[in-house]
Amino acid sequence: MEDIAIIGVGLHPFGRTDGLSGQAQGAYAVREALKDAGVEWHQVGVAYGGSQDGGNADALANHLGLTGIPFVNVANGCATGGSALASVIAALRSGMAEIGVAVGFDKHPRGAFNPKPADWGLEDWYGETGLMLTTQFFALKTQRYLHEHDIPEEALVHVAQRAFRNGALTPHAWRQRELSFAEIAESMPVNLPLRKYMFCNPAEGGAALVLCRASEAHKYSRNPVLVRAAVMRTRHHGSFEVFSPGLAAEQSPAPTVTASHAAFELAGVAPADIDVIQLQDTDSGSEIIHLAENGFCEHGEQGHLLRRGETDIGGRLPVNTDGGCLANGEPVGASGLRQVIEVCTQLRQQAGARQVPGRPRLGYTHVYGAPGVSAVTILEAP
Amino acid sequence: MQTNLAGGHLLRAGAQGPILLGSRCRQCGEYYFPIADNCTRCSASEFESCEIGREGRLWSWTIQSFLPKAPYNSGETEVDFQPYGVGYVEMPCGVKVESRLTVADPQQLRIGMPMELTLVRYGRNAAGEPLHTFAFAPLAAEGDA
Repeated sequence: MEDIAIIGVGLHPFGRTDGLSGQAQGAYAVREALKDAGVEWHQVGVAYGGSQDGGNADALANHLGLTGIPFVNVANGCATGGSALASVIAALRSGMAEIGVAVGFDKHPRGAFNPKPADWGLEDWYGETGLMLTTQFFALKTQRYLHEHDIPEEALVHVAQRAFRNGALTPHAWRQRELSFAEIAESMPVNLPLRKYMFCNPAEGGAALVLCRASEAHKYSRNPVLVRAAVMRTRHHGSFEVFSPGLAAEQSPAPTVTASHAAFELAGVAPADIDVIQLQDTDSGSEIIHLAENGFCEHGEQGHLLRRGETDIGGRLPVNTDGGCLANGEPVGASGLRQVIEVCTQLRQQAGARQVPGRPRLGYTHVYGAPGVSAVTILEAP
Repeated sequence: MQTNLAGGHLLRAGAQGPILLGSRCRQCGEYYFPIADNCTRCSASEFESCEIGREGRLWSWTIQSFLPKAPYNSGETEVDFQPYGVGYVEMPCGVKVESRLTVADPQQLRIGMPMELTLVRYGRNAAGEPLHTFAFAPLAAEGDA
């Protein structure tokens, strides 16, 4: 199978940009990525992209130029970026184009998401009685996980503390203020055991990648990043997912576990080989769960790892070096590609104050979300 | 049973209180709550009705501390919103049922505690009539009362 490389990355900073549509932020990201790759939009032969609340991705062609290329709209919730990336890779391998673009963007209203039960195949009573909230789900899942694996609640604080500490080192992060242990631990309860500073916020932003076959990459880029795996998976019967009025008697592994296994197998590497990691941290609890589900530690080991600083930038397992979703917010369509961009930046040794020391060679990204999807990539330094 | 009972079709009145109804796959025997017509375990689509019961054990819990947006219809505002407990209760067949809880005090909730089904008023509609739904309450241990 032919190797594919990322030759350009572009980000519209996440957060709130009043007056600029989600699509405009997506188009900005594509332009930045094209500039980084040193190619023009008319050289791009295929594009995949999507958003949740920002409209159709193919409308970006109205901003970038109507060149007639196949531009496919992707709608896979939190895995939208990951699905777009996997699709571009497949298209380039098939030979249908020389250069491809994957783009994600979004612009969510302020406050928590408010989904409609019918859109999820659920009956109205489930929303009307106050059971259909994503924050509740993350809290219920975290509460159970901490109980089953005997992890202290202080671990939730340590995750948030590190996220904001890293955010403070990241010039484009939305949240750039470090928070103390007490500020996080005593912040307003949202859904216990999770509090205000343990949740990311829906936000806005755009992220884009330019890719081509690895054998051609040096024509465009001095430092192409090799995609060793890009995998997306959906849930099995029995996994504990959002908006579930009932859960099956027997639990099965989350889609993260299957996506992660498939990615490691495809790349022919193991968790111990990874030098820099991005994990979905919609909330502190999710990151704790994902550390183990992706194979970076045993279930229950997280409390010690976090206390000892092993997930810090200078630690053995540097996680969410740009502050993750907690410090950047979550524009659903763009979030997975932000992770890829951060890992590319680290592998290209361009991360400045937040650079992981020791020339990281392999990086890992992971998204997880509704309705039970996960996307994982494994990337290799130039 | 109560009027304005959200989720009422998932309940049956029993001698000691409401009982949850569910489905069981005729092919593989998997239990479902709420009522299902497709088995995500074995892909069959023939089901029989069954009772999920009225007592179980608390499997996980949280406290809903902010006023949910629509479609939540309790009629409350930011000013008079009352936080409520939410949990999953593991029923005798193993299915975990998501539900409001009658208590919203973290000190009174612990994973594994016995729970029983009841009905609660959770709000009022535009006409001022009370809205009800099912909820789980801590089961008073024998000798407690």
